[in-house]
Amino acid sequence: MKRLLSIAPLLVAIIAIQLLCAATGTLYYLTQMTMSAYYALLIIGLCVLMGYAGQISLGHGGFFAIGGYISAALTTHNLEPLQENVLVAALNSLGLLHAGVDLYGGTFLVVTPWVACIVAILAAVLISYLIGVPVLKLKGHYLAMATLGFGIIIYRVVLASEYFGEADGISGVPGFTLVPGLTVSGDFSGRIQNYYIAWGLLIIGLILLLNLIDSRVGRALRAIHGSSEAADAMGVNTARFKIQTFVLSAVFAAIAGVFLTHYNGGIGPSEASVMKSVRYVALVAVGGMAHLWGALTMGVLLNFLSLRGVFGSYDDAVFGLILILIMLFAPNGILSLRWRPGLAKQVDEKGDG
Amino acid sequence: MTIELFIQYCFAGLTYGSIYAIVAIGFNIIYNTTGIINFAQGEFVMLGGMISISLLPLMPMPLAIALAVVITMAVGALIEIIFIRWLKNPSVLRMIIITIGLSILIRETAVHIWGEGIRALPYFIGNQVTAISVFGARISPQVLVVIGVCGLMVVALGLFFKTTSVGRQMRACSANRTAAVLCGINTRNMVTFSFVLSAGIGALAGCVMSPITYSEYDIGTGLAIKGFTVAIIGGLGNAGSAVIAGLLLGLIEAFSVSVVPLAFQDAIAIAILLVILFVRPHGLFGSSEAAGLKEF
Repeated sequence: MKRLLSIAPLLVAIIAIQLLCAATGTLYYLTQMTMSAYYALLIIGLCVLMGYAGQISLGHGGFFAIGGYISAALTTHNLEPLQENVLVAALNSLGLLHAGVDLYGGTFLVVTPWVACIVAILAAVLISYLIGVPVLKLKGHYLAMATLGFGIIIYRVVLASEYFGEADGISGVPGFTLVPGLTVSGDFSGRIQNYYIAWGLLIIGLILLLNLIDSRVGRALRAIHGSSEAADAMGVNTARFKIQTFVLSAVFAAIAGVFLTHYNGGIGPSEASVMKSVRYVALVAVGGMAHLWGALTMGVLLNFLSLRGVFGSYDDAVFGLILILIMLFAPNGILSLRWRPGLAKQVDEKGDG
Repeated sequence: MTIELFIQYCFAGLTYGSIYAIVAIGFNIIYNTTGIINFAQGEFVMLGGMISISLLPLMPMPLAIALAVVITMAVGALIEIIFIRWLKNPSVLRMIIITIGLSILIRETAVHIWGEGIRALPYFIGNQVTAISVFGARISPQVLVVIGVCGLMVVALGLFFKTTSVGRQMRACSANRTAAVLCGINTRNMVTFSFVLSAGIGALAGCVMSPITYSEYDIGTGLAIKGFTVAIIGGLGNAGSAVIAGLLLGLIEAFSVSVVPLAFQDAIAIAILLVILFVRPHGLFGSSEAAGLKEF
């Protein structure tokens, strides 16, 4: 109950922002707020992995791209020529495919968004598990480089596959009807609706993670962060917890990818680039590593500013600078510095010692 | 495969391989004195090439290259003094993030100074079409320059670490930092010096490779990944085997062109990196016991 109450100020803020935008006629801000919310979903997932389990990942842009690209590809590639195929016919008879007529009168047959979404999430689970088992045995530099390498491979695959649109990416992704009346799409008429869908999803994710870190699993994760060996000695199955957190954060990234792709109506290879993954790490670091609320606030704020184009052509440079400054002067995040300087200092000294 | 084609691939592989080896040695020098993997290592190579190209209209080429190397060394020293020197026992995660941030900053500064265009130094000997015939294969003299300069750098570094006082102090620093301090070695200066040294060799490699591979603001990340792969294959901290590992990776990449589509060429080095990390994280030539003592 207490945890639900802590969400209340956020709910008030979300509604206040929407009403304020509506009252001042600046509804276009909601577009960036919606996109920021989806990015923040990825960031809070990564926050649990980095801040609580203590495992860095420089490849989360890859999981975002897996989610976005798979759902985009499935919902746009016309299966009509393959209608005779046994698999396609079976899917069609199960009602998992969606037939329609495009602008030019041609008919098409594509996978429905719900099915595509589930396939994308399953793919993220599978890939993150297969990658996670060997990768999470590594530590420090080795882990950073291995996850970075994974991200680059995804980027290369996307860039080199015709199925994923090569350098052009995939466009014309249809809206994602969650339930009749609720559709994730970039239509102007659905702007307010989409704003609430995005933030609703983010809050569901946040509640899940807040519960997680307050549970037995969360304490085990913090023990792993403190000392993997000590946690092992206390009977914590460190390998299993690490892999579960990794898969969980990959699923968050993939869901963010699926929804944002439907919202934007397309996805391009830049979503899989190294710079994106580095940016997510930067945002978690700015928020204070083991600080879900910090990651959420900074994730939304900085993504919003970046999407509004406030930083202009210095966008990447700003994130690089933020990374360095935070790590030099406030390794526990700026919010932690202001809110609990005493504790932050203690943690800092311990962490550095 | 004809013998000419085979030789052609060999030389291409050795050229890239020697560049990777130099980047890997740069990683190793800094890793040995500080325990840090400098993710901005590839940026030094980019800076060397870009600065020398900018200086070229003002002065003869050897001078431009020398000045570019000196400027890059100064950048290396500044980075260490401003961002790293005063941190007390920073955690590995913190250092990883700081050096990644540095690489982004250097790259973004470069794109604002030089733009996104591709540039190149002119060929040192002859031009694009000058070629020497080796067993029927046609090899550009620049290829020999790259291999020669990189070879000389390796030899010079070996002599430097064996015979000079500073070199010995740096080795003492990497063997046991506390003991080095007790012997009166200023380990902080050694750390700065290791940054200067690896910036210098990176920049020189960046200059000699520029005519063949071109210089561009964003070549750093790719080179850093490959240099790191090489450093891992050779065993982190082991400069000698980095040379062998570098040439090996270069050759594998060159020959893979005939099998794998060009678009996936970069992915090969990374796939090798992942396999090595999973199977033998202490490297092909390193011993697992020594790796166990290091802090990852």
